[in-house]
Amino acid sequence: MNSNTNQVKEENRGRHLLSKRLDRAFGELYNIYAFVGRFFKEAFMPPYEGREIIKQCYEIGVKSLPLVSLTGFIIGIVFTNQSRVSLAEFGGTSWLPALISVAIVRALAPLVTAIISAGKVGSQIGAELGSMKVTEQIDAMEVSASNPFRFLVVTRVLATTFMVPSLMMYMVFVALLGGYINVHQHELTSFTTYFIQVFNAVTFLDVFSSVIKSFLFGFTIGVVGCYKGYNSSKGTQGVGKAANTSVVMAMFLIFIEELLSLQIITALR
Amino acid sequence: MKKVTSQIDKSQQVITIRGLKKSFDEFDILKGVDLDLYQGENLVVLGRSGTGKSVLIKIISGLLKADSGLVNVLGCDMNKITPKEINTLRLKIGFSFQNSALYDSMTIRENLEFPLTRNRKDLSQQERDQMVEMVLEAVGLSQSINQMPAELSGGQRKRIGIARTLILQPQIMLYDEPTAGLDPITSIEINKLINEVQQRFNTSSIIITHDLTCARDTGDRIVMLLDGQFQRQGTFDEVFATDDERVKAFYNYNFTD
Repeated sequence: MNSNTNQVKEENRGRHLLSKRLDRAFGELYNIYAFVGRFFKEAFMPPYEGREIIKQCYEIGVKSLPLVSLTGFIIGIVFTNQSRVSLAEFGGTSWLPALISVAIVRALAPLVTAIISAGKVGSQIGAELGSMKVTEQIDAMEVSASNPFRFLVVTRVLATTFMVPSLMMYMVFVALLGGYINVHQHELTSFTTYFIQVFNAVTFLDVFSSVIKSFLFGFTIGVVGCYKGYNSSKGTQGVGKAANTSVVMAMFLIFIEELLSLQIITALR
Repeated sequence: MKKVTSQIDKSQQVITIRGLKKSFDEFDILKGVDLDLYQGENLVVLGRSGTGKSVLIKIISGLLKADSGLVNVLGCDMNKITPKEINTLRLKIGFSFQNSALYDSMTIRENLEFPLTRNRKDLSQQERDQMVEMVLEAVGLSQSINQMPAELSGGQRKRIGIARTLILQPQIMLYDEPTAGLDPITSIEINKLINEVQQRFNTSSIIITHDLTCARDTGDRIVMLLDGQFQRQGTFDEVFATDDERVKAFYNYNFTD
């Protein structure tokens, strides 16, 4: 009798825990939905925080240039070098510029830029807003009728949305330059010939889809970083958690978006 | 004892609270609080940590919502207030945070200008500069105008926090633990500043503290929050003239070490 009662109690506790978790998950989903909705509402309503948007574009875009340059250049060299081996087997090394350009424009540049930005910018936004929340700076803005959401969230999301595609285009250029150095070193291809082959291989849809994808990635990084930071729990642990989950969640969403966009672009192609 | 004479207008209530209740999860923090704040009065809310003192002023400023009860601030019912109305009301309320909450990526000038540029678009840059200089002079830190918050001491940060709230010329000041974490001399200076603000800007204030020196030096009236309700109220001497062991323990801990 007693063991039966205990078993029923255990089952109920399990169900209770499950319902609590589901409740929390759906609650979180609703909060994100409301957060994004508020962003669109606030972003298009004056007054605009123009100066802060420019400042954030500088922080997010210009300050990421060294990292993006280094990564893009190395990717260009390494990818070209590794691809040569396969193409050389059937004497197709003259196709290297075309292969590199398609790979970089269609997949590598948007994805790598987004991942770098999620790591560098996403964690920075999560930690910054998280510590502002913990030290009551967000509350201080709120009580002085200064709309912290517009000043902190809208500006950062807009900056990431516009800076990630810009960084992606820059990475395309740097990675192709890296590829050119490697191709020139081994195949003695001239700069003009290399770039003619590069541009011949890439279509408008390739560039267009990558830019659109990057806008989406940038928006995702900004929204996730701001959401996690803005809603971080109190204490230093909350700040660390906000920074960490900003990166993890943004990367997870970027991969899903990449997969979905691949399906759409393939269908269009 | 409070040195300055306050001009309290008992016929004019700026804050009225009746039966205020607030709980977090299963914890009942405020269990039916009643409070009146009069024009020109410094009201001190005393109580131990975690008794809901900060929750009370966060409800008054609209940062938190009450579960039930009436909260009327300058004629506005906080339960029915719209987002637009609350922004207008907040211009009349100054909130000095426990840890000052200065924006650490901005200079002191930018910290002080921040609420002005967003709420007083009618002012020219010259007028803004004058207001910044005026409030800095009021808190005695004119020389810190171009410093970053990280370069200031705890007491200076508190002063700048108060200056930032004064810049919008509020009618009500809410101080959250103004002397917490400060040495006794700096605490006395902050207490004097609170009284000076009351006199110079004719503000009504609620001062949340567990520091009895602060309560004695700044309060025109003192209320004591115990078990989620106000148990005692009156002048400093009236509040502590009791046999209630909880109140006596609070006094003894502060003054007989």
